[in-house]
Amino acid sequence: MDLIADIIIVFLVTVGIIFTIVTVIGILRLPDVYTRAHAASKSATLGVMSLLLGVFLHFWWNEGHFSVALLLGIVFLFITSPIGGHLMTRAAYMAGVEPTKLTVGDDLKEAAKKHRKESNKNTPDDK
Amino acid sequence: MKKNDVILQTVTKIVFFIILTFGVELFLAGHNSPGGGFIGGLVLSSAFVLLYLVYDIETVHRGTPFDFKRVAALGVLLAVGTGMLSIVFGEPFLTQTTWLVDLPVFGETELGTMTIFEAGVALTVLGVVVTIILGISEDVE
Repeated sequence: MDLIADIIIVFLVTVGIIFTIVTVIGILRLPDVYTRAHAASKSATLGVMSLLLGVFLHFWWNEGHFSVALLLGIVFLFITSPIGGHLMTRAAYMAGVEPTKLTVGDDLKEAAKKHRKESNKNTPDDK
Repeated sequence: MKKNDVILQTVTKIVFFIILTFGVELFLAGHNSPGGGFIGGLVLSSAFVLLYLVYDIETVHRGTPFDFKRVAALGVLLAVGTGMLSIVFGEPFLTQTTWLVDLPVFGETELGTMTIFEAGVALTVLGVVVTIILGISEDVE
């Protein structure tokens, strides 16, 4: 039973570390800010969550300490980390950062242009 | 383009209470494990700073109808009050005592006046940090 517990813990921690390394490689290799945010927010979240889950199980099964703070940390990270990625990419888009040349479509650009045209029509004095 | 903050505001409504819970947990855990009034107050104030970041100042003030300068003053009053209370009982200033109390849910619990002092520290830190953030955010014409 102890062996199975240790195998699960080591598996979770290893998966967490591998996901974190994949994040770093993604940030270094991908071409623009949006693909980099895609790599960073998803796999780093999963990696750190897996690491925290491994630590939580280790302290629960081997040390007999049920840490609610770690569970809360997992939930907190799962909620907030993608929001961080979303806000950073949106701030980059609003600041006019161009996506990579390989991009095929840009729906947000047309939506923004349409929205700007309509708001100018309604309130011509504004801006 | 009109600002659209639906995702950020919805997440903040959930995350705010997680941060508050963690702040209170840190504050109560301070006697036996890492934590205490100072970082408890800092975490509580970070929750309010998050609210100020996501909503505008008027909206947050409608939800929290108290002045944070008064919160800081109340904290100092609590901390000094526990010190004064020991003088009333004929002990030196800031002498702390504990009692073992049988509470209905928690069982035998150690209650001490140290917690009131720590609550004073936490409220002071909360009030001071939020006041500083609000102070440097205002436009001075």
